[in-house]
Amino acid sequence: MSETPQQRVAAAIERIPYARFLGIRAELKGDELTLIMPFSQHLVGNPLLPALHGGVVGALLEVTALTQLAIASKSERFPKTVDIGIDYLRSGKPIDTFARAKVVKIGRRIANVQAEAWQGEKTQPIATLHGHFMTPDVDEA
Amino acid sequence: MSDEPTSYASPTDDPLYRVHAMIQFTPQAKALGMQVTRIERARVWGLVPYREELIGDPETGVIAGGVITTFLDTLCGTAAVAAMEHPTTVATIDLRIDYMRPATPQRNVLAEAHCYKLGKNVAFVRAVAYDDTPDNPIAHVAAAFMVNSSNGRKFGANLRKKKS
Repeated sequence: MSETPQQRVAAAIERIPYARFLGIRAELKGDELTLIMPFSQHLVGNPLLPALHGGVVGALLEVTALTQLAIASKSERFPKTVDIGIDYLRSGKPIDTFARAKVVKIGRRIANVQAEAWQGEKTQPIATLHGHFMTPDVDEA
Repeated sequence: MSDEPTSYASPTDDPLYRVHAMIQFTPQAKALGMQVTRIERARVWGLVPYREELIGDPETGVIAGGVITTFLDTLCGTAAVAAMEHPTTVATIDLRIDYMRPATPQRNVLAEAHCYKLGKNVAFVRAVAYDDTPDNPIAHVAAAFMVNSSNGRKFGANLRKKKS
């Protein structure tokens, strides 16, 4: 078992069956988390370009947002998603994808989180997400 | 109801057959086990079978939000194509998902999508996901798609080195 709660959360991602299905890996530096989704053929949505499926890029962003929020609120439980909006900026190439999230505000019941996914250059994101989540450890809506 | 013909000279003329083929050519849709079950002009119905691999919360067995994202993105895109006289490619511009409740463990996720406006450049689609009836929704989706997204882009365009 890892030592800090942050490390435990990062390790928890790798125990989520769906995160394993996507092949998502977590890297934690201090309290900043980067999620890595190595390219794999089953992630493709457009085989002609070829391009990653927008859904898996959205899924990566959502898992990143959930995990960063769990870390920021010092919770070992994953929050519940209320809503997410994903903007697609570039098609995802058949290479590794990275994602980071920023917790904008943790309210008493709802938290606001933004996330970005990129490939070659961080300054050229392929997709961004903003979402609202139930603050961890608050009972359901 | 649909005013589409119910029998076709060739199976490849059947829109449901064409959509099945589209899904089979989409590795991620195939990996999810996604199926399209019914199609009408601008409307499609589909499902993702419950599978342990797709669980997002190991404690409850609830399917991951990302599965719903991918499923509904695909189904909405399919509805946009189903609205077209001459099908072309589409690419998601944005996708907004509101979650009403977690999906029920062990149940297939069902959804229906409707392209309520097909423009020259942009298609607008709404969808709802549920596991019993649409009036007890898991999630609602609103999405916008670029129409004819591969306009000018060649096969393998993403394999070439070029500034995006």
